[in-house]
Amino acid sequence: MLRKVNGQEVHIDPIPISDITFPSPFPAGLEFSSPARGTWNIAHQGMLIPEAHEIFVCAASCLRGVVLTAYEMKAQERFSTVAVEENNLIEGNMEELIIDGVSSIIKSLPQKPPCVLVYTSCVHHFCGCDLDMVYRELRERFPDIDFTDCYMNPIMRKSGRTPDQIMRSRFYSLLKEKEIRKGSVAFIGNDFSMAKDSVLYRALISAEVPVYELTECKTYEEYQEMARAEYYIVDYPSAKVGGEDLQARLGGKLLYLPFTFSYEEIRENLSKVAAVLPISLPDFDAEEASCENALSQALSKIGSTPIAIDYTAFTRPLGLARLLLYHGFNVKRVYADAFIGEEKRDYEYLCEKHPDLEIWPTLSAQMRFAADHQQSDYLCIGQKAAHFNGAPHFVNLVENGGFTDYQAITGLCELMIDAYENEKDIRDLISKKAWGCESCI
Amino acid sequence: MKQTSRILSTYSADAFGVASSLFELGGMVIIHDASGCNSTYTTHDEPRWYDMDSMLFVSAISEIEAIMGDDNKLISDIVIEAQKFHPRFIAIAGTPIPAMTGFDAESVAMQIESETGIPSFGFSTTGMHTYISGADKALAALAERFAKKDATPSKDHRINILGCTPLDFSTNGQVESMVKLLTDHGWHVNCTYAMNTSWESVENLGTADVNLVVSATGRATAHFLKETFGAPYLEAVPYGKDFSKKVIDALEMLYQGQEVSLFENVSEASSDACIIGEEIASLSLANALFLETGRRFDVLCPTNEGPLLRTNDHYTPYEEDIIENLSGRNLVISDPTYRNILTDKVRAVDWPHEACSGRIYRKYILNLIGDISDISEKL
Repeated sequence: MLRKVNGQEVHIDPIPISDITFPSPFPAGLEFSSPARGTWNIAHQGMLIPEAHEIFVCAASCLRGVVLTAYEMKAQERFSTVAVEENNLIEGNMEELIIDGVSSIIKSLPQKPPCVLVYTSCVHHFCGCDLDMVYRELRERFPDIDFTDCYMNPIMRKSGRTPDQIMRSRFYSLLKEKEIRKGSVAFIGNDFSMAKDSVLYRALISAEVPVYELTECKTYEEYQEMARAEYYIVDYPSAKVGGEDLQARLGGKLLYLPFTFSYEEIRENLSKVAAVLPISLPDFDAEEASCENALSQALSKIGSTPIAIDYTAFTRPLGLARLLLYHGFNVKRVYADAFIGEEKRDYEYLCEKHPDLEIWPTLSAQMRFAADHQQSDYLCIGQKAAHFNGAPHFVNLVENGGFTDYQAITGLCELMIDAYENEKDIRDLISKKAWGCESCI
Repeated sequence: MKQTSRILSTYSADAFGVASSLFELGGMVIIHDASGCNSTYTTHDEPRWYDMDSMLFVSAISEIEAIMGDDNKLISDIVIEAQKFHPRFIAIAGTPIPAMTGFDAESVAMQIESETGIPSFGFSTTGMHTYISGADKALAALAERFAKKDATPSKDHRINILGCTPLDFSTNGQVESMVKLLTDHGWHVNCTYAMNTSWESVENLGTADVNLVVSATGRATAHFLKETFGAPYLEAVPYGKDFSKKVIDALEMLYQGQEVSLFENVSEASSDACIIGEEIASLSLANALFLETGRRFDVLCPTNEGPLLRTNDHYTPYEEDIIENLSGRNLVISDPTYRNILTDKVRAVDWPHEACSGRIYRKYILNLIGDISDISEKL
């Protein structure tokens, strides 16, 4: 692809999947920010805890994004800030700033919240701030408020647990040990409720298994009831460590059922649940036949339309590409800056069977010029793919969208048909932060 | 406590001021940051992001690079992309972590310039000041580097409008309205620094006879142009019919070599009414409203501690001070986010400001150039 930049021609070239280095295909360098904003950030996610109040302690440049996030989701009453200034770095009074700042805000709130999420940032990590002392002091000052340590420190994204993994764990750190309710489950780490028409959810409900979900909690008390779960079901890869933390702390058991488009893995996942809970396993052959039927119907509509997939829609973009290519769809492009290890088998399959599948980055500086300003005929799955391809025919969904097991396949087929038949306003939809969240934009 | 905000927003930061002011000039701007600044700026503070292929990137600095002081990675990354994209200039803006690690933005810029031959700038922004300081420094630095030094005032009523960024004027036609107003009164607008303007006009900044500074982001550039080329400047936004006429008259007086004090006639007696916003815009609106309605307004300026502020005007970025200042006020003109701290007794008139509330009220941003009826009719 060629683009004119300052009168010069710039080559923007993808890499065939057979030539990439798995799992990180592209070198680190300057980064571009696509205008697709549908993924959730840590301010959105913290608001899932009912009645929680968020306090961010950061420099102004870091505060701006999250404070306006809170405004856009009309949650500004649940959001406050403590601004770090240069004198705090020089004087080394960061602990004092956090303790006094958070205390001052809590005292000014019209109602005392049951819990406060205190987000510190990169500068606290670098200045050696004694956060243990900070939280100890806050808990002494406000014994009737639950505090937890949250982090907005993207500089740590390549050091151990990623910020996303940490935060998907911290949002459950407020759960207090309770007597475990035998045979109950909690879905952990998702920003969206589990699809009610999924095989797993239907099986749990029909077996009268108590189900806890953060996204369904209306009060802080209800949130605390999640601690009664005997099993923590995690299907979002970066939430797995959160499930492990809960297992170690509260005594329930983690059931990691990685989101997948593979029939084999779906069978494994459902069987894992059936091994510990009294649910009836579905007729796998019948479920898979209905997936095949849905894929066939979608293919009959979509035909050879070129398809592009991005990593923000589903955590397994290669698995999805494999599924669709296997069933005759014309998948041409996958947009992802890195892949999770769980995609290795799909990567190897695609290298062998579809070596020319194009892998595109989303963050590389060259992608600034990759957006197709002409409307394209691509059918896209994901907001970034839609943006880069100028494709009004796109599936608008992020972070697996609550989809799971066979329902992910049948549900996606329905969305693909709808996207094929109906145009969407790309700019309007992708500019809204946090797909599925309230937005005043 | 001063540094806390229970509910108010925070203003756009210095690094974003650098990015916003240079956005249209064909350069490559790198915010030296781990990640978040990129999406924050381009989501909330940059209405042109979707439509213009401006080169704005983050360095994506990692923990280990910060600890080791690895500037070579940054330099190498910038050089690689600059050789592909051929930017007119390169600008690096710092954020909190570079500020902590003692990152020397100017030296890094010199190194990049020596490797690429592309004029390069390093701005030691910290992410802890408002957009005013970043944009002010960036606009002045580019003017100092690129304005042709052999230029002379053209003596044909040529004028620059300094301090134009969407953070203060959005993209709703305010800059175009200012150009039209000046043109209608016989002025030749050379440069609207730096929106909707050509690179040639930047190089010709020194040809203006007079400069009109419409935001504190243009102040340092105005100082430079006065010292270098002798062009006097006026600080004002031509809001409303009567005040814009005063501005036009004042510009003519400057052109004729006379001294002008535009804000002198406004009473300094404290008022029960207040305008919250950027220094020059707020004072201009206060004057425009006084001329057309007779009502006096104090100014509360959270963005910068400017020299124009009068005895009863007040600079503070802190929510606590703002709440205290507003107690006893009956009428407040401000960005709608300030409604969150106003009592039911206060009449609130919305004056959305992109540098405050980002894109939230973008479609309601007012164009008061030459006509303030959208506000005066609500008083």
